[in-house]
Amino acid sequence: MTAVLSAPPAAATEEGGLLLTVAGVEEAAPGIRTVTLRRPGGGLLPAYPPGSHLVLSCGDRRNAYSLTGDGMAAPEYRISVLLCPDGDGGSAFVHALQVGDAVVAAGPRSAFAPVSTARHHLLVAGGIGVTPMLSHARAAARWGRSFELFYGHRPGAGAHRAELADVCGPRLRAFEQAAGLLDALGAALADQPMGTHVYVCGPAPLMAFVEETAAGLGWPGDRVHAERFSAADLDPGEPFVARLARSGGRVPVPAGVSLLAALEAAGVAVPSMCRQGVCGECRLTVTAGRPLHRDLYLSPPEHASGDAVMCCVSRSLDDELELDL
Amino acid sequence: MTTALPGTAERVARFPFPFAADTYRYSTNVEPARRTVPTAAGSWGDRVLDVDAAYAAELELRREVLQRDPTRCSQLPHMRVAAWDALMTLLPELAATYPGAMSLQQRGDRWLWRNDLIGSSTSFVPGDEDSLPGGPLRLLGSQIQEDVVLLDQREGSLWADAGLVTFAADWSMGFDVGMRFLEVHGPVPRVHEAGVVQRAEQFLMRLQPGEQYRRTNWTMTVDRRLDSSTETYPEWGRDRRLVVDDPALPDRLHLRVEVQHLLRLGVSNAVCFLIRTYLLPLRELATVPEWRRRFAAVLAELPDDMADYKGLTLYRGAAVDWLTAG
Repeated sequence: MTAVLSAPPAAATEEGGLLLTVAGVEEAAPGIRTVTLRRPGGGLLPAYPPGSHLVLSCGDRRNAYSLTGDGMAAPEYRISVLLCPDGDGGSAFVHALQVGDAVVAAGPRSAFAPVSTARHHLLVAGGIGVTPMLSHARAAARWGRSFELFYGHRPGAGAHRAELADVCGPRLRAFEQAAGLLDALGAALADQPMGTHVYVCGPAPLMAFVEETAAGLGWPGDRVHAERFSAADLDPGEPFVARLARSGGRVPVPAGVSLLAALEAAGVAVPSMCRQGVCGECRLTVTAGRPLHRDLYLSPPEHASGDAVMCCVSRSLDDELELDL
Repeated sequence: MTTALPGTAERVARFPFPFAADTYRYSTNVEPARRTVPTAAGSWGDRVLDVDAAYAAELELRREVLQRDPTRCSQLPHMRVAAWDALMTLLPELAATYPGAMSLQQRGDRWLWRNDLIGSSTSFVPGDEDSLPGGPLRLLGSQIQEDVVLLDQREGSLWADAGLVTFAADWSMGFDVGMRFLEVHGPVPRVHEAGVVQRAEQFLMRLQPGEQYRRTNWTMTVDRRLDSSTETYPEWGRDRRLVVDDPALPDRLHLRVEVQHLLRLGVSNAVCFLIRTYLLPLRELATVPEWRRRFAAVLAELPDDMADYKGLTLYRGAAVDWLTAG
């Protein structure tokens, strides 16, 4: 078992991204495919903080999937993807991957890292939301952080259940009924050491339950962390018009269509990546009008100043929003 | 306190002369790491960690400073993962930059580090403090000329929660440890009104795993004194006055340039801030006519508050006079 590090891990942003080969595909649970990716010639892949995404090129779009490892530089990345028949096609692309296929990914992106000063980490996962929590649990176990994981899933559909039991031991509490999960969570949130941080990823009702229960119990907002994996949680919003300051164009944005999608449909190229308001790629400068911020990327002062908008999820409070395009 | 001098020619050829114009103001002057910058005398910047002819002497100096004052290496308990992350990021980087002289090898859980330049070797188990007396930052600091600060990211801010800094330009790691990024920069004039520090912090907080940037900063130092930290002020403070009338002024006054790298560490999410200090005496700087003219112009034009903060007020007139005479 000798490995020689002769080159630094490639920068996550190396030009053209990471070229990877599918080294394994397996069923993690009904409808959930785990894909293992390696460098074609072997070698270590860039390290990442727990809860990071790998941004995968899926045909004509790029989707962000949670990496499930502990984040140490390692020869492989793993993602687990739930097939969403009504989704944008990313999950179908992943499910069609075969061993030996080549894929392109951008380096890991971190937006859900553990807080280093936390005295205890309370991890909460629902369904496929387990993927970032698997990463958190593995890293917490490796570095000796105090943690426990509440995991709710449908009967027989618990992806990574056995690995989690292995990693967590008695720190894993798994539930096959929502009511049982919520009862236990409610009790857990009411009885944590001071300095505990809670992290949740799962369906919108679970995230809302954790956020509302924690708020009701007096948890400081800084200690509650939610990873949203579905933009479908957002309401369709009111229609408005995007005015393009430089080109002079006007782009109507109907309810249910994102500003980003409307701009793209109008032939305006905007860099984008996660399309869920987390990655920061599609930031646009606002020159007039008040944005309706719905992203998780800009800071509160940036939201307040109103001079930038993440166009994949955010909209407009006014009938018109003028952009520096 | 003087270290062995590398040859003048090498020092001038690799010196990161920081001025692109005849005036200097603070800015968020970051650029991607590893880009070679040609200068009037040579070039710099193709690497993150730079080993030069003063390597062994500067590492020995750091050892002495740490022995006298262990607070130069300060680490809050929650920075444990970040410290290991810095070590396990930068030792491979060093080995990749100097493959003939250094290597890092894994044998099971244990990693073996060998450095032929200073004839040292050691082994440790990452994450296991018992395997590495002194801890990862001390080992790192014994292998690189750069000072290291590790910034934790939480609550919408960066926090200078760990570091090993023996070559500070009139500041103190032991004093700053645990401060927010904005607080660390509190004494710097102008940058707060201009939003420079806030923009820099926003930029740093957005760095993604593995991203690497750099910037330069500069001041001046009397004599080749790398350890001009706040703790040793009684040793060097008065030299700033005494040098003014010293005929040896052009040999004693140095332009001090810091090449600062900003790396987002992958495992811990910490921002690793590397500070590499280069000192060039005015007499050697003046061998490059373009540098001589430009530095004189920058010094002469520098607003008083900035000159004061950098500690140049007492001698900058004398420095400008010498640079512009002859």
